[in-house]
Amino acid sequence: MSLEIRQQLARGGFQLQVEACLPARGVTAIFGPSGCGKTTLLRAIAGLEPQVRGRVSLGDETWQDEDHFLPPHRRPLGYVFQHAALFPHLSVRGNLDFAYRRRGREPGPGFDEVVELAGIGHLLARATPNLSGGERQRVALARALLTAPRLLLLDEPLAALDRRAKAELMPCLERLHERLSIPVLYVSHAIDEVARLADQLLLLAAGRVEACGPLAEMLTRLDLAPAGSEEALAVIEATVSGIDADYHLTRLAFAGGGEGRELWLPGDSLPLGRRVRLAVHARDVSLALQPPRQSSILNVIPVQVDALSSSGPAQVMVRLRADEVPLLARVTRKSQAALGLHVGQALFAQVKSVSLVE
Amino acid sequence: MLTDADLSALLITLKLATLTTLILLLIGTPLAWWLARSQWRGKPVIEAVVALPLVLPTTVLGFYLLILLGANGPLGEHSLAFTFSGLVIGSVFYSLPFVVQPLQGAFAAVNRDYLEAAATLRASPRDTFFSVVVPLARPGFLTAMVLGFAHTVGEFGVVLMIGGNIPGQTQVLSIAIYEHVENLEYAQAHWISGGLLLLSFSLLLAVYGLNRRFKVVGP
Repeated sequence: MSLEIRQQLARGGFQLQVEACLPARGVTAIFGPSGCGKTTLLRAIAGLEPQVRGRVSLGDETWQDEDHFLPPHRRPLGYVFQHAALFPHLSVRGNLDFAYRRRGREPGPGFDEVVELAGIGHLLARATPNLSGGERQRVALARALLTAPRLLLLDEPLAALDRRAKAELMPCLERLHERLSIPVLYVSHAIDEVARLADQLLLLAAGRVEACGPLAEMLTRLDLAPAGSEEALAVIEATVSGIDADYHLTRLAFAGGGEGRELWLPGDSLPLGRRVRLAVHARDVSLALQPPRQSSILNVIPVQVDALSSSGPAQVMVRLRADEVPLLARVTRKSQAALGLHVGQALFAQVKSVSLVE
Repeated sequence: MLTDADLSALLITLKLATLTTLILLLIGTPLAWWLARSQWRGKPVIEAVVALPLVLPTTVLGFYLLILLGANGPLGEHSLAFTFSGLVIGSVFYSLPFVVQPLQGAFAAVNRDYLEAAATLRASPRDTFFSVVVPLARPGFLTAMVLGFAHTVGEFGVVLMIGGNIPGQTQVLSIAIYEHVENLEYAQAHWISGGLLLLSFSLLLAVYGLNRRFKVVGP
């Protein structure tokens, strides 16, 4: 099943011209700078922007085309607004019931299941104006899930939250991702959120699609915005393959495992076989022609140079591949010259720090 | 104390005010909703027409209604002048802004986000209106109802022009007072005037008191 979007809008000086076909599974992040049309696109998919022309279809169900426009209340989707938009005249339970009562006989997650998933059982009797930002978003998420949506749209649900509230909501979104197989479209302008939650990335700039594809590829393509940012990073899907009890280290295998396809991470609490996602920032990767013999760095991966691109006057961004897994390294132009970096070259990437994102 | 004629004037006044308020809620609610949401360029014209009774001498309104509803008007022999129905029609025009304006203000204050949230939660526009807009606009409804009622009770000029002063049919309290004063029956005039003053004050006090309690906290 897939989500097909073709949307056009000209409003004031702003032009939206989006054409994309997204797999309707996992989390797709719509990523771009503010004002690029992310939220407008999300609202258009929900039917909240009737002036937008074009086509929206999910699987074999068409929500909008040249002659039809299904109003938002007839589209089987859930929407979480940036500021939650909980009804102030209803309690938390009242807000949830509002959604639950209107879904009819649509099969979907049950009331108790959703309440537990969002961790809001203790809030049910509370009045909504007295909730904290994080609580509000969890209630809004639960409310959207109770409509039994076939597509969940999240409009920067973390943007208005402080650090602590973000830390509350993130695990909730991850549980959602694990337990319910509802495809999610997630609007964000924060690369760390995207690296943590998304499976696919739709990059938007000035109302147009720049690129669209799997997260690991999109983050490391040198012609795209994420790799150009200060926070540039690569993500690696890995499996816990061993624990070093003496040193309290966890061994994580990626790309099939084997020689040089492992990373060590401090800590020993993860169970064997658990799938995890790792983030490796470009600034934490250095390159060497020989495997370093005497070094404090544990993680050294044999790689090949895939592409190079300058990153400011003094630095170069290098895209590397360890088999199929792309990585980024930011090095100085001086080092580039010293190592004679060129496409196809075999090297060793020394990874100073790896973080667990999921 | 009150004469029989005064008591029947009281009943007619209450009946007129209640009926007028109900009719105005039925007409005024959709009109106020439309005025609060419409982007139509001609909207100010409608708004001005609705507000006219606020500034127009009531005798002017009464005069035109008399011409419209009278025996020489388009209704001919079905004339509604000097009938209770005619009084109701006159009162509806006369009190229109007192119901429409508070409602329009309350509707305009309902955050768009709530309407959109309701739509994404499968609520049709009609469902959204009754389950989200009406509860959020509750203070506006209360104000509209009380102002519509109280203002109709206080009506004079329109009644005088189109209602006449037929005891038991179209004689309302405000006219009864006028008549008592004309006949130098100051005691009765005092009773009714004092009663109306107290009633109006209590109604308004109730509205302002309740609206403070109902204060809905924003997003």
